[in-house]
Amino acid sequence: MKKVAILLLGSCLGNTALAGGKADPMLGSVIINELERRSDQRESAVDMEAWLGHDIDKLWVKLERSAEAGSTDEAALQLLYSRAIAPFWDLQTGLRRHIDDGDADNALVLGVQGLAPFNVETDAALFVDDDGMVTAEIELGYELRFTQQWILEPEITLIAHSETDRERSLGSGLAEVETALRLFYYPQREWAPYVGLAWHRTLGDQRDFAETAQSEQWLIGIRGWF
Amino acid sequence: MSKILSTPLPRRRFVTGAAAGAALLGLSPGSVLARSPQRQPGQVPELRGQRFDLHIAYQSVNITGRDALATVVNNSLPAPTLRWKEGERVHLRVHNHLAADSSIHWHGMILPSNMDGVPGMSFAGIKPGSYYDYTFDVQQSGTYWYHSHSGFQEQTGVYGAIVIDPAEPDPVQADREHVVVLSDWTDQAPEALYARLKKQSHYYNRRERTVGDLWQDLREKGLSATWQDRAMWNRMRMSDSDIADINGLAYTFLVNGHSPDDNWRALFKAGETVRLRIINAAAMTLFDLRIPGLEMTVVAADGQNVEPVTVDEFRIAPAETYDVLVRPSADRAYTLFAQSIDRSGYACATLSPNSEWQAEIPAMDHAPRLHHRDMGMDHSAMAMAGAAHAGHTPNPATPSGDMNHGSMNHGKMDQRDMSRDVDSHAGHGPPAEMDHRHHGMHSQTVPPDAPIAPAGAGSRAVISHPASENNPGVDMQAQMPANGLDDPGIGLREHAQRYGRRVLRYSQLFNLGKTLDRRDPERELAIHLTGNMSRYMWSMDGVMFDDAEPILLRFGERLRIVLINDTMMTHPIHLHGLWSELETGEPLRIPRKHTIIVQPGSKISYLVSADAVGRWAYHCHLSFHMPGMFREVRVIGGAA
Repeated sequence: MKKVAILLLGSCLGNTALAGGKADPMLGSVIINELERRSDQRESAVDMEAWLGHDIDKLWVKLERSAEAGSTDEAALQLLYSRAIAPFWDLQTGLRRHIDDGDADNALVLGVQGLAPFNVETDAALFVDDDGMVTAEIELGYELRFTQQWILEPEITLIAHSETDRERSLGSGLAEVETALRLFYYPQREWAPYVGLAWHRTLGDQRDFAETAQSEQWLIGIRGWF
Repeated sequence: MSKILSTPLPRRRFVTGAAAGAALLGLSPGSVLARSPQRQPGQVPELRGQRFDLHIAYQSVNITGRDALATVVNNSLPAPTLRWKEGERVHLRVHNHLAADSSIHWHGMILPSNMDGVPGMSFAGIKPGSYYDYTFDVQQSGTYWYHSHSGFQEQTGVYGAIVIDPAEPDPVQADREHVVVLSDWTDQAPEALYARLKKQSHYYNRRERTVGDLWQDLREKGLSATWQDRAMWNRMRMSDSDIADINGLAYTFLVNGHSPDDNWRALFKAGETVRLRIINAAAMTLFDLRIPGLEMTVVAADGQNVEPVTVDEFRIAPAETYDVLVRPSADRAYTLFAQSIDRSGYACATLSPNSEWQAEIPAMDHAPRLHHRDMGMDHSAMAMAGAAHAGHTPNPATPSGDMNHGSMNHGKMDQRDMSRDVDSHAGHGPPAEMDHRHHGMHSQTVPPDAPIAPAGAGSRAVISHPASENNPGVDMQAQMPANGLDDPGIGLREHAQRYGRRVLRYSQLFNLGKTLDRRDPERELAIHLTGNMSRYMWSMDGVMFDDAEPILLRFGERLRIVLINDTMMTHPIHLHGLWSELETGEPLRIPRKHTIIVQPGSKISYLVSADAVGRWAYHCHLSFHMPGMFREVRVIGGAA
């Protein structure tokens, strides 16, 4: 999986300048949404995506990884086919490989990504894994622009599971909420360092498996794209 | 390759365009922008006669202080001015020394289709190391220009002026004339700019709404009006500061190839009448041009003589040309000042009796914001669109929306419009075009089965949106398009009140001679200019050029084209090979243009006589809209 990702990233780089007067050139982009260090236990997190394709059809890769003291704690890699279905919306479908404390599972993905009215950045998906467990994840973000360079971005992520799975420590119902507030400074359009605060809460049946129901963390990180 | 490549163009120094942009946006200009000693800008070479050899080649240039690669004609940027005479036959051998296919299009020329120079349509293009012989009779006079129609070569330097002397004595008499070619230069590859816009369409917009703007709106307008205004934009997921896709952050704006710091010089003697032939050869920039201290009498538009109209300022879109007369009576210098539509930078030159003198360079005007009318909607239509968008489907065509508005009582309509405009202009006074918009409303009250309006009157058909617009490439539809004829354009509407300047409007253009083809149109063709700002996709009727069928015209027919702008950008639309006869309300004095500005959220109409058989290009002249917002117009049925 990792090799595939690297291969895809490589081909994006080679294809960024193929426009040549065509209306719809093949383009690629790598987007690092968050690359951050968290205040708890030397924890770090990465949230990045990359795409390759045309106006309507794109191949999309999403990677999320959190690590503690350098070793992977949890990671998810998605390989998706993305199709524009409305002026502001892409339908995305494909596969996700999810690794949690060394246990891996695979899931089918069906999601939508885009800009909701009132400029709410939205990434919502359903994951159906081998055992028929359905996980729903929705991520909403908003840019509050103080100046052209200073942007505050509130973000909320909700995760819910269809059933309880004791082996994997998953509880049914709305399981996790994470809200984060990040303050970005954009010296250029392409990248921005930021500081932030994240607040994580475990809910419902999921609480039975959680060490702590609630945690707060300071963040420091960088965002960028090309 | 060619020996033409050997000599670099003279080194030029930075760059008021980007510097002004930086200052404007509150960035520190930094020491690199310090003005260097003035050097005397040279003149663009002029070639006369009937036989011409033009060599397109790469050339190292230094316009911003850094070396960059340009594509130029005969070592010159802009390309040499070609001087022809009406009635003569010209022979132009165009050599391509580039590594890619090239072409020259003679912009505004009425000529055989195979001489028009559009690769894949008129001919196969000029292969590297090869040449093409263009031969045609010059059937017109006035100011035109030529440029590459291949890739983004026009952006990198392949453009130049054409001046055609009339066969009969010129009705426009001047003691002296100067050609003024405006353009936008970037050191970056145009393909890279285009790719960047596809990835982040608002990349160059540094005037996005901030919390501070919101606070100011709340204080000025109150909570309710602010909420209504912001809700509309936010539901639409659009920005009211999307005025220019690319601006002074990337571009240096040039006059005859010279940056503002170079300050190209044109001479006159006090008391003379000076004719300025102004050509906008920019890839992406609309300019608002004025000469502080001088009024300008517009005598020709797109090469064709018009009844003289005196103004203080006019907007010129890419591909348009205007000839103006100025009569400087004082022994002093004047600045020719062309600010970009979004006020992110300017091109300038000096008109002076003495090459040492220079006049003050004025500050740029306020930066415009888009208003509700630029979306072609009123509040109720907006809510409708918002609801449709919320359902994740493009806004479907709703003729009932049009009908409702059409059947509204006019008095009531005007009030609604007025209060809206006063709101959005925040106390700057009602715009001058108000009653004319009312006129535009009128046209929609006519039932759709009414006979086609006579020549000059404009269309009165109800606007409906084709189903092909319902796709991810279209993010907006003008449900109630404003009348684009009498609109001076975004940022110029309040000029009379704000600055006391008279700004040219299309409705003031009347041909100097009588309309040649007096027939009324037999049919109407409605074409919607469409796009998706955030995906940076452009199309006509929601269909990109690659997927589109040609528009078929019968040889000899007279038709009316109605353009409806379903986007929030200003598009200059250019029809090759045939005149676009703009309907300004006077059937016997219809002005002939080759490029027509269509205001955002507006409609405009013109007549076309299909008097030239062949395949013609029809497109938006903004270089980065053109690949998608493009059609082939095919005139069939007559003798070739």
